[in-house]
Amino acid sequence: MTLDTPLAAGLAMIAAYLAGAAGAVILPGSRAGRVVAAAGAIAGATAGVVLAAGVLATGHAFALHVPALLPTGGGLALRLDGLGAFFLALVGVGAAPAALFGVGYSAGYAGRYSLRWLGAMLNVFLLAMSLVTLADNVLTFVLLWEAMSLASYFLVMTEHEQPDTVAAGAWYLAMTHVGLALILVAFVLLMPPGAGSAFADLRARAIALSPAIRNVVFVLAVVGFGSKAGLVPLHVWLPRAHPAAPSHVSALMSGVMVKLGVYGMLRFALDLLGVGPAWWGALLIGLGAASALIGILYALMEDDLKRLLAYSTVENVGLITIGVGAGLLFASLREETSAALALAAALYHALNHTVFKSLLFLGAGSVVHATGRRDMNRLGGLIRRLPWTAACFLVGSLAIAGLPPLNGFVSEWLLFQSLLPAIGSPAPLVAPVMTLAVGALALTAGLAAAGFVKAFGITFLAVPRSPEAEHAHEAPATMRAAMAFLAVGCGVLGVAALTVLPRLAALLAGYAGLAAAPPVLTLGPSLALPDGFGSMSPPLLGLGLALGAAGVWLAVRLGAARGLRVGATWGCGRIGQTPRMEYTSTSYAEPLRRVFAEVYRPTEDLTIDVHPESRYFVQSIAYRSEIVPWFERYVYGPLVARVTGWAARTRALQSGSVHAYLAYLVIALLVLLAISLAWND
Amino acid sequence: MARGALALLQGLLVLALAPGVVGLVRWLKARLQNRRGAPAWQPYFELRKLFGKEVVVSENASWLFRAAPYVVFVSTAAAALLVPVLAVPLPIDAVGDLLVVVYLLLLGTVFLALAGLDPGSAFGGMGSSREMTVAALAEPTVALAIFALALSAGSTNLGQIVARTMSDPAAALSPGHLLAFAALFVVMIAETGRMPVDNPATHLELTMIHEAMVLEYSGRYLALIEWAAALKLLVFFALLGNLFVPWGVAVVLTPAALALALASLVGKLAVLAVAVALLETRVAKLRLFRVPELLSASFVLALLAVTSSFLSR
Repeated sequence: MTLDTPLAAGLAMIAAYLAGAAGAVILPGSRAGRVVAAAGAIAGATAGVVLAAGVLATGHAFALHVPALLPTGGGLALRLDGLGAFFLALVGVGAAPAALFGVGYSAGYAGRYSLRWLGAMLNVFLLAMSLVTLADNVLTFVLLWEAMSLASYFLVMTEHEQPDTVAAGAWYLAMTHVGLALILVAFVLLMPPGAGSAFADLRARAIALSPAIRNVVFVLAVVGFGSKAGLVPLHVWLPRAHPAAPSHVSALMSGVMVKLGVYGMLRFALDLLGVGPAWWGALLIGLGAASALIGILYALMEDDLKRLLAYSTVENVGLITIGVGAGLLFASLREETSAALALAAALYHALNHTVFKSLLFLGAGSVVHATGRRDMNRLGGLIRRLPWTAACFLVGSLAIAGLPPLNGFVSEWLLFQSLLPAIGSPAPLVAPVMTLAVGALALTAGLAAAGFVKAFGITFLAVPRSPEAEHAHEAPATMRAAMAFLAVGCGVLGVAALTVLPRLAALLAGYAGLAAAPPVLTLGPSLALPDGFGSMSPPLLGLGLALGAAGVWLAVRLGAARGLRVGATWGCGRIGQTPRMEYTSTSYAEPLRRVFAEVYRPTEDLTIDVHPESRYFVQSIAYRSEIVPWFERYVYGPLVARVTGWAARTRALQSGSVHAYLAYLVIALLVLLAISLAWND
Repeated sequence: MARGALALLQGLLVLALAPGVVGLVRWLKARLQNRRGAPAWQPYFELRKLFGKEVVVSENASWLFRAAPYVVFVSTAAAALLVPVLAVPLPIDAVGDLLVVVYLLLLGTVFLALAGLDPGSAFGGMGSSREMTVAALAEPTVALAIFALALSAGSTNLGQIVARTMSDPAAALSPGHLLAFAALFVVMIAETGRMPVDNPATHLELTMIHEAMVLEYSGRYLALIEWAAALKLLVFFALLGNLFVPWGVAVVLTPAALALALASLVGKLAVLAVAVALLETRVAKLRLFRVPELLSASFVLALLAVTSSFLSR
């Protein structure tokens, strides 16, 4: 028997991740252990990408069914189709650099935290994420999903003695399980009674279901997977948990794991449920727009670099969801070309976000590694001390701000263009929804530019504002290599749009509401959309900018005076500039905080101590300001208070007396018997 | 081939013309304010002077500060190259549409804002923070105005928008177009740092935005930035002039048509320069925190433009 390539790649992927985990357990604390854990993860990621590429290239799904494992739930069923392969590749793209970065980054953890646990859980986490994309029956999917959630929870809890981490972990655990419960209900509603729980059975059953039940399943799936993806208002755990994890794990959670929430939604909407009514798409566009705006608005106000990035993940998931929503909306209106383009734009943005958000989190990790600080108000001036990190972080910032010719720009352009075909649509729902989406998309893009000027400028430019930033040092080679890889990826994915987009459109062909053949794109040197909606050429644009910059530099060099003198920064005649005069993260965002004061509702506290002789002699000024998101204050605040209240009341049961506990057992037994009797009648 | 050459030629024309437009606005403003004013070609002398001077760079500044003027200039010039100035359609239309123009300009703004932060002065930070605030709030208006135009033209391609409006003159007077024009005009004021949003003539005032951001620049770097600012003004003038009132833009490449195109371009630029000069003379600068109100008004205009385009399609 010869082993065919996809099977070999699949088995190699599983084996590599397991070997990485085993290596971390066997060789804890040493450099070898860190290297083996990372090598396993990188090998697993590569094998995963090979497997996915094979499926995407041939168009043939890869399937593996092992009935002996999990016999009660129909066996372990794995099947990789186009949609799954895209997300499997996405896991690999994010996993390899993060694991490489981890080699250098986790060195600082030696002696303080368990490297055995970190390395093993990292590999388990990656394995679970990779296999979720292959799951082909309910039990396999749910088990892998839960394994992914638990492994990431343990990774979040790495720095377990920090109170913030514990709180973040609790939020994460609660939200992810609420999501899981909803996903389970969605599956149960779809499962045919008595028959199997393979996805094929679910697909067949969905056609027979009443519209009302299908709607319920869709909403449950959106809420359940939305909690993992970080859609507003289910995102509250995300800005807590992602920053609390070690930075390379943050990169994986923000760059990769949230995308699997999107995968879940797509699996339900495009595959299991089939085409739905138009409002499904409109609902997703609304949720996406809200997530994008709220995410970026709170990202702008963050002083903590990693929290800023986490909020920006909420924003980008919102953008992806807008694309998915537009795709579903067009699909239900039977506009197959527009639907395919919108979904391809969403997938493109998902891939791009994986690359630049991983890059930014790794960059933030390098900053934390160098300074031990995440508070941007205490950073600054790092561009001279960490030149590599700064250059990579700059590329990531420009990409995420959607600036040409990098990848973020291409996918945002596509998202915008994918909303344009609304012109031809006669449906009354389309006009207001699309207008809303365009407005939200554009405001988000503008605010994201401001947010990432702040993130890069305040962290890396000007003069250091703390001794730690003053004495920062550049990251080791493994960390630099991981960041450089992703920074190059930002450029390549931008310029290669002409190659990427047709492939994305092709992998989507044949799903519910989409044509069996991908839309025909006229691809010359530029990306021209069908029906002449717009055209743009990322390679020519990049080439033009590069040549132009070189030409202008040369012309100025030849034609202009060359003198250059280094002097002090102008301070209105004041001598001696100190870092206290600089703009900080808080002051940078101040104008926007005023503009959106109605959204933020900040609490401010200003205390001025004056000299007893005269109130014109100020001795000290203390200013405190805090922004508590309103949904946390008004929705989650009371909810958490209620739950803790109930929990405190239940504590009365826990008396410590064995007699009482025995009595509870008897009572519980009697109650259960009574219920079962009543049930049988 | 001829059209490709023309695209390059019109790019050079725009580069050459840009400082003159700024000079014209300044001269008109001076005349309106009963001053004699420097001649319209004064900015050319200023650029030559600046290119001939040595550069003073802050000791805190990094490589980014020295790279930013080039990025700003090249991105703005690239945007200028894409805008239809003399003739449509040109092969360069395929390289970038209206959205690309807007994002190229944003690229320049972002680098200026970063360069403002780099020397670590309070002025630069203030200018940078304010500039990004204004840019962020102007962004949705631009996008919605583009959406409104694209809805009626069926494309975001600049050449196609011009051609469509020419073939259907009534569309130029449709409420969608008029509202989008008004919205983009307000955005132009905000993005190019004109009154009442910003005062291009001020220095060392707490109200300034753009000038605060570039305060640390001198010599050839300042020359590139000033030239890029002039180009940006011209890009917006050309967009407002040629997208909404496309008549005069050459469709065939005959000398007569091109001469007419050049004449109509100069005419449109002059009209817009008069409008800006009048506005700058008549209105006082707004307080910074009133600027968002102006921008949200323009956002509403753009929203109405989209709505009416949807209704009238």
